[in-house]
Amino acid sequence: MYQFNYHQPQTIEEARSLYNKSEDGLYLAGGHTLIPSLRQRLSSPSDVIDLSSIAALTGIERQGGVLRIGALTTHDSVATSEAVLGHCSALATLASGIGDAQVRNRGTIGGSIANNDPAADYPAAILGLNATVHTDQRDIQGDNFFSGMFETSLWAGEMVVGISFPSVTAASYVKFPNPASRYATVGVMVARIDDGVRVAITGAASCVFRASAMEDALSSKLSENSLDNVAIDPDTLMSDIHASAEYRAHLCGVMARKAVAGL
Amino acid sequence: MTEQTIGQSVLRKEDMRFITGKGQYTDDINIRGQAYGYFVRSTVARAGIVNVDVSEAENAPGVIAVLTGRQLADDGLGTLPCGWLVLSKDGSGMKQPPHPVMAADAVNYAGEPVAIVVGESFQAAKDAAELVVVDYDEKSAVVDLATVQDADQLYDEVPGNISYDWELGDKDATFTAIDNAHHVTRLTLHNNRLIPNAVEPRAAVADFNPATEELTLYTTSQNPHVVRLIFTAFVGLAPEHKLRVVAPDVGGGFGSKIFVYSEETAVSWASRRLGIPIKWTAERSESFLADAHGRDHLTEAALAMDEEGNFLGLYVKTRANMGAYLSTFASSVPTYLYGTLLAGQYKTPSIYVEVEAAFTNTAPVDAYRGAGRPEASYLLERLVEIAAGEMNLSPAEIRRRNFITEFPYQTPVALEYDTGDYNASLTRALEMADWDGFANRKAEAELRGKKRGIGISCYIEACGIAPSQVAGALGAGVGLWESGEIRVNPTGSVTVLTGSHSHGQGHETTFAQLVSSRLGIPVEDVEVVHGDTGKLDFGMGTYGSRSLAVGGSALSRAADKIVTKGRKIAAHLMESTEDDIDFDDGEFRVRDSNLSKTFQEIAFAAYVPHNYPLDELEPGLAEKAFYDPGNFTFPSGAYVCEVEIDPDTGETEIVKFTAVDDFGNVINPMIVAGQVHGGLAQGIGQALLENCVYDDTGQLLTGSYMDYCMPRADDLPDFDVDTTVTPCTHNPIGAKGCGEAGAIGSPPAVINAITNAIGVRELDMPATPERVWRAIQEGGRS
Ligand SMILES: Cc1cc2nc3c(=O)[nH]c(=O)nc-3n(C[C@H](O)[C@H](O)[C@H](O)COP(=O)(O)OP(=O)(O)OC[C@H]3O[C@@H](n4cnc5c(N)ncnc54)[C@H](O)[C@@H]3O)c2cc1C
Repeated sequence: MYQFNYHQPQTIEEARSLYNKSEDGLYLAGGHTLIPSLRQRLSSPSDVIDLSSIAALTGIERQGGVLRIGALTTHDSVATSEAVLGHCSALATLASGIGDAQVRNRGTIGGSIANNDPAADYPAAILGLNATVHTDQRDIQGDNFFSGMFETSLWAGEMVVGISFPSVTAASYVKFPNPASRYATVGVMVARIDDGVRVAITGAASCVFRASAMEDALSSKLSENSLDNVAIDPDTLMSDIHASAEYRAHLCGVMARKAVAGL
Repeated sequence: MTEQTIGQSVLRKEDMRFITGKGQYTDDINIRGQAYGYFVRSTVARAGIVNVDVSEAENAPGVIAVLTGRQLADDGLGTLPCGWLVLSKDGSGMKQPPHPVMAADAVNYAGEPVAIVVGESFQAAKDAAELVVVDYDEKSAVVDLATVQDADQLYDEVPGNISYDWELGDKDATFTAIDNAHHVTRLTLHNNRLIPNAVEPRAAVADFNPATEELTLYTTSQNPHVVRLIFTAFVGLAPEHKLRVVAPDVGGGFGSKIFVYSEETAVSWASRRLGIPIKWTAERSESFLADAHGRDHLTEAALAMDEEGNFLGLYVKTRANMGAYLSTFASSVPTYLYGTLLAGQYKTPSIYVEVEAAFTNTAPVDAYRGAGRPEASYLLERLVEIAAGEMNLSPAEIRRRNFITEFPYQTPVALEYDTGDYNASLTRALEMADWDGFANRKAEAELRGKKRGIGISCYIEACGIAPSQVAGALGAGVGLWESGEIRVNPTGSVTVLTGSHSHGQGHETTFAQLVSSRLGIPVEDVEVVHGDTGKLDFGMGTYGSRSLAVGGSALSRAADKIVTKGRKIAAHLMESTEDDIDFDDGEFRVRDSNLSKTFQEIAFAAYVPHNYPLDELEPGLAEKAFYDPGNFTFPSGAYVCEVEIDPDTGETEIVKFTAVDDFGNVINPMIVAGQVHGGLAQGIGQALLENCVYDDTGQLLTGSYMDYCMPRADDLPDFDVDTTVTPCTHNPIGAKGCGEAGAIGSPPAVINAITNAIGVRELDMPATPERVWRAIQEGGRS
């Protein structure tokens, strides 16, 4: 990796001001994306601002029907949290299917969504569970958070501090892992929230998206069969050496049906 | 006291140091004043080199030197040779464009070394490598194997990009058999390209001492003496007596560490030129780009049969991808390690095979676990499976009808099998796999919405490479014997030196068991030394499942010599004659008396020769042997794979895998089972997961574990393994070799199971979920 200045601030404010003072700073959370990209010299920040000592960024709380997870909470903490399991076990299932044990012990929910890898799992939860992303400056509706491949609506230097998940009636996440990386080739979150149904699909396209045709079909009747005549257009999906767009489109249907069956 | 441990699963002596982090790998070796090398690699697959500007890099902080391929050539270093001369049909030699240690004029694959930066730290060298500016005159890359002949010609001396066009067998007889056959089964397939991925990446620490002019190279090699020989005889780095090559603990090779590569050579040259020790350890992405890859064959074949399904003739036409240059043993892989294996376990009377070896702008391709034999067995066992269906015979029946049952058996493709019992291993495998219960299991799976399938493969391999005269007649540039030495210490423990090299195989245990059993001493009293040209006689190293059959046989001979000398000493001590001394269980006894001496007493007498026949016998007790095998060995086996497929996604789960191998006599069943498990994992990896992909500009798309899918534990079932035994008839141990079998026999078993499950005739490896799903959608192309 290239040389950079390393900082370990204790508070959000301190982290912000370090960012503002740096020429080209980056926050470091679990480091499971950032460190490899530093090592491969794909990224050359002037300053790396390690968020791991900021107590306010960790923790899981459930209050008044809302589950709030700190940005620095690891995947393993989410996967094993009583509060998460009580609120929405699909979220714990999703977290428990990320990477391997080492990855889950380091990787964080904030890092995952800030990075917005098109094959990451968490973005499906943010959209599918109608979450709200809290930053050090504002609240962003989950639906407005992801804007493209590796892109979000975060401003430069804006920090994710936590994510809130409203209560859901039922939710289920099913993933078809890429055999090599084990990221999602296709991951589908289906959730019933109040009277509506949300379907969020990750892995298939360049950015997580809500499958509105599936949502409409499932809103009339929440059953696997409702999806029989709903297809995702392959032209909107990615093709790579692991899966063609047609196959991904097909998997969206299969995974969605499995998710509905798991509700 | 009996020390007969042959046949027992003695725990591996080497594991304590490996599992407690006390191993000593090349990268663990540090020499005072050592610098670090980092390679500047070609970013393009094919280009002329217009200019290499190192000025900025040379002046970067911490940089000692930047050395280019041009400087290396100007220093008079030779190129990297291919050690096996293969002839074309017309008798002309293979075309071998020079394989430069580092590119000077042109680059021919992405990742090819162009320059080495030597820095005070790894970081400094790597930073400066980015400052080297290479001006490439880029040309369009030749990547597609099927169309190489019509593509740009890569080398002036290689028309059509074909290095050689080789043949073996009786063409007329084979074509006649095909023309007159009752039925001909035809098949076209691609044997997918693989990247080896040993856990330990390649590494080198080169240490040139300007005062003594001795060059020591610590490196990740399966055969350090061969490295030394090539460095001296072809590259011209140092004379052999001034060159020491040490391969310390090595973390996996699978063939990829047989070869003499650019990087280890360039680091050695740089150390000599600069007069300082230099270390280079490959980063994983360098391993993907520049380790020799494996397989990559395009093949069409035809199998002729009579009404009963008896095989009459086999025709095989293969195009093998060599990559950009002929690597160290590359030319032998698709020829003498492939064409000669096409008889398999069957008495096909006529076989004809022709092989074109093609150059492309990709990394060199060479031997990888199995080397040619997996390609042969995959082709043959797929063909036989399809033939069974077309002839309405069960897969077991068509095989049994054609099995060779009388030995020795001369195949139509040069080899003579010494022994085997193919019915025995197939019968045992079918029984363990509960073949007869399959229909019920399939019906039950159907209820769960799964498609269940079962497949067989009956493989053969030629190991124990090789009788030197045979190999020489076929073009090998080296002899293929092995050396072994037993040094008995005065107190009776022994140090065993072997020219074989262990990089995961457990030789330190197996060879200790062998010698301890021969000499009747405890296994703990035997220490095995290997991998250091400074300590051992010349040795040929480990590959082709040869170590026990050839290296072990050398040790067996050396042990015989120890016993012979021991009997003379014992006869003297007990005032008897040599002919009246029996040696058994570590004791020399005078026949028909109660006089005896222990092995330890004899050893002591040899080194403290106060009462000793000094006029007839030299003191000391150490013997060596060089063993040249009388024939190849022919391990064989029968594998049964059972799969369940989710038709919605195309995912394959291996639900049961049975492997019954005949490795001849087995010294350590646990180690043998471990070798089989590892081989199966790699074979299943090839069948389901692994695939090396270049784009059409010659860029490697599968250059990391994000895209190159290695098998993981949860991709694999519990394996049911067993062995049947027909001892090898021509070596003193009766052993055949077990290192590659799993990787050779398993891919066709897996694909046969999948095609059986989904009812399609053909399916390419790797059988990814998408491929299987598509095959199901297309409803089978039978
Ligand atoms: C081997 C492996 C397998 C994996 N498998 C999966 C998988 O199956 N599914 C999956 O979804 N993911 C997977 N991941 C990704 C991993 O789980 C992490 O989610 C991901 O690396 C990002 O989280 P992190 O905490 O490591 O972030 P980091 O790597 O520290 O940061 C990532 C990016 O986000 C920015 N960032 C971090 N935190 C914040 C914040 N609070 N506010 C603003 N910006 C921030 C950083 O500046 C950086 O640009 C895998 C990773 C590895 C290495």
